[in-house]
Amino acid sequence: MDNLFAARSQMALSLGFHIIFASIGMAMPFFMAASHWIFLKHKDPDYRRLTQAWSKGVAIFFAVGAVSGTALSFELGLLFPGFMKHAGPIIGMPFSWEGTAFFLEAIALGLFLYGWDRLKPWVHWGSGLVVGISGVASAFFVICANAWMNSPAGFDWNGGNPINIDPWAAMFNDAAFLQGLHMTVAAFQAVGFAVAGLHSWLGLRTRHAFHLKAVKIAFTFAAVASLVQPIVGDFAAKSVARRQPIKLAAMESLFETTKSAPLLIGGIPDLETGRNRFAIELPGMLSFLAFGKFDAEVKGLNDFPREHWPPVAVVHYAFQLMVALGSLMALLSVAGLFFLWKRPEQFTRGWFPKALVGAIPLGFIAIEAGWTVTEVGRQPWIIYNVLKTADAVTPRPGVVYTLALYAFLYLFLTAVVTFLMWRQTLSLHRELREGET
Amino acid sequence: MILITSIIAFLGVALLFYVLFAGADFGGGILELFLGKNLRKEQRALVTRAMAPVWEANHVWLVLAIVILFMGFPSIYTTMSVSLHLPLMAVLVGIVFRGCAFTFRHYDTYGKEFFSLYSRAFALSSVWTSFFLGVLGGAMIFGRIDPRTLGFAESYVAPWLNLFCLAMGLFTVCLFAFLAAVFLTGEADTRELRAVFRRKAALANGALIVTGALVFAFAEWGGHPLTKEFFASPLSLTCFVTASILWFPFWRSLRREGRGPTLSVRVIGVAIVALVLFGWYAVQFPVAVRFADGTGLNFYTEAAPGPTLNALLVALIAGTLLIFPALGYLFKVFKWETLEQKR
Ligand code: HDD
Ligand code: HEM
Ligand code: HEM
Repeated sequence: MDNLFAARSQMALSLGFHIIFASIGMAMPFFMAASHWIFLKHKDPDYRRLTQAWSKGVAIFFAVGAVSGTALSFELGLLFPGFMKHAGPIIGMPFSWEGTAFFLEAIALGLFLYGWDRLKPWVHWGSGLVVGISGVASAFFVICANAWMNSPAGFDWNGGNPINIDPWAAMFNDAAFLQGLHMTVAAFQAVGFAVAGLHSWLGLRTRHAFHLKAVKIAFTFAAVASLVQPIVGDFAAKSVARRQPIKLAAMESLFETTKSAPLLIGGIPDLETGRNRFAIELPGMLSFLAFGKFDAEVKGLNDFPREHWPPVAVVHYAFQLMVALGSLMALLSVAGLFFLWKRPEQFTRGWFPKALVGAIPLGFIAIEAGWTVTEVGRQPWIIYNVLKTADAVTPRPGVVYTLALYAFLYLFLTAVVTFLMWRQTLSLHRELREGET
Repeated sequence: MILITSIIAFLGVALLFYVLFAGADFGGGILELFLGKNLRKEQRALVTRAMAPVWEANHVWLVLAIVILFMGFPSIYTTMSVSLHLPLMAVLVGIVFRGCAFTFRHYDTYGKEFFSLYSRAFALSSVWTSFFLGVLGGAMIFGRIDPRTLGFAESYVAPWLNLFCLAMGLFTVCLFAFLAAVFLTGEADTRELRAVFRRKAALANGALIVTGALVFAFAEWGGHPLTKEFFASPLSLTCFVTASILWFPFWRSLRREGRGPTLSVRVIGVAIVALVLFGWYAVQFPVAVRFADGTGLNFYTEAAPGPTLNALLVALIAGTLLIFPALGYLFKVFKWETLEQKR
């Protein structure tokens, strides 16, 4: 394995791991606050239990998430010193804001976890909400940094060195807002489905009304997010079309520049012939989705030098997977919202609870696929049209070993977290049984 | 110049707070390895109660220091994250372990079968993390880093694997244990428990002096004139002399029971630790990392361009304005109000 490939794999592995924790850190505190709110309004002790159970989950994921994030920032320096040297001064700022947000999050979490008998109930509730707000803020800030890699701004490139640096312009680049919004919605969607599915499964096994309450809260968040997401995603696609036409061409596997370009469903891109085999074509739809007009011209890959192409097939499949999962979750959400409104009993029997169980991983798979589109679609650039990944990678040997080390570390962290969550569930169930007798 | 200096000041303060607060947390875990025969349960309960609400916030000072390096001094940051990657990783892994073990000792209410496992993991990872923090500090000052090498062992292992750095690790472990014992004398709510922690503070103090001597001995032995450097700089010399003078009132208060002496044990103990840290700053400054060829990375020459530093300073000041009230509230709720209740 050569160094560049190992370094890219290690980055992908670490980020793919971190994003799961980060998403949970963003969405979960809001679920917790919602349940806490219901408890404070109606005094149903189940909701207090639920709030406490969820808050312990938040604490575990927070601790591991923070560490995997800190490890990431060291990895950036280790693997891509060329990137750090140039990018640190330009996009360090969102990271320093992230630090602040994270600090607040840690303080608020301390207050929330240990404040049950110490704080006034609504102050206590507020501290829980601050955990969530800081989590989302954290995520927004890092995404500004990532968006800058896609849409560099706030500096002039002077023969390999940045001059006229403007950190504010770099932070508020073209891509930042939409990427941040899309990711935030994705976090609610993925975590919502995962939590609803897990409680649905526990509910099917234990038949305890407690889990139904949990499912309803998590599902409501998930459903709203799933219905908003295709709209936000469409905006994201339009923004890519403008900023990174080559990425859009790879996503859609469009080889020739075409007017009223068709949207492909499925299809195997063949780089040699420049065609797609076995694809369903929806005429004019791509032009419409990318530019809002059915006869707009969409740039194809052949307009760009071959050495600037990203790995077309990976980007194309990842994009199709994300959109397919997004559509599936949107459908499931429509059905679920209807049940919630007219047929609440469908949440405990029939196909729907089982479908929720099946949907546990969908959101997370869509998130990983979406990031594959963004990151692989940017290749061969680490900073789009400015710096190549190959020129930023570390000159030192042995990245394979650190890759192995990290793979082991993440495996191990996953095992620890799984074990801890399992113990949580056990004690929750015992508490529920004791509550009954 | 002023801009850079104020950012370095933030860095220094972040590190100071990390050592004082998180160091005390680590020390609490380290002390659990030396519970002795008496009041074992009470000691554990005290450590847990003192740490529980604040430990996550305490660790954020490290993140702050990292962020300042990342944005303000990217080449220092990059050098450290390459040459010192393994000890940095060791620290991170230690922090996760500690966090998980600690949280779960507190939270895993489903049966007690894992209690001793959690406690063991908590204590050992506290030692491990403190040790590697010391190793990191040692590697920055000792000058075994070769920024241009392309060898594997020379890149990742040689910068920190030597007797001096290991001695620094041990010294840090003792320093944190000392700090925790000092803090806990004040948190303890019975006479007997206070006596236990006073004794531990005295023992840790002894260990601190022994390992401190070891650090200097290994520095000389490794060909690094640390003693000369330390006494050549008026600042570090002052720190050293002040700290030495402070031992006398410290020992006097340590032998006596009562509110006044307990308070002065805490205040003087913290001052001593801070002076040790300041002494280190004074020897290092303004070079952040020293290289094998005698050169190093100077804060002033490696700083990011002006606009970046401006933005960083704005972020730091705004962050401070947000964070300090929140942090103050956290400590007020969990530390002062508890003390009030005890009286
Ligand atoms: C639950 C997860 C999820 C779902 C259902 C969707 N996405 Fe997405 N998508 C993401 C999660 C995500 C993401 C992981 O959050 C990404 C990666 C980078 C980013 O900003 O968001 C992303 C990136 C991303 C990009 C690339 C942005 C860029 O490179 O700057 C586009 C064009 C879309 N998405 C479009 C869509 C469309 C049209 C969807 C229709 C349903 C959709 N996404 C559903
Ligand atoms: C787009 C992807 C990312 C998102 C959405 C994200 C989001 C988050 C969130 C929400 C947290 C808080 C942890 C929790 O509550 O569990 C966090 C922690 C952290 N992340 Fe990420 N992160 C991303 C990528 C990165 C990258 C690329 C880095 C480093 C270069 C990074 C560095 C950190 C650090 C250092 C922490 C812990 C301390 C802090 O928040 O400052 N993250 N991240
Ligand atoms: C958490 C969500 C993220 C995921 C899942 C993710 C995924 C990936 C993947 C798959 C790669 C490898 C691409 C390739 O080499 O073909 C990569 C590379 C990289 N990503 Fe991301 N990314 C995320 C967020 C971020 C953020 C927020 C940043 C920036 C601050 C970032 C910075 C980088 C860098 C520097 C590389 C290496 C250079 C490159 O390959 O272009 N990533 N990431």
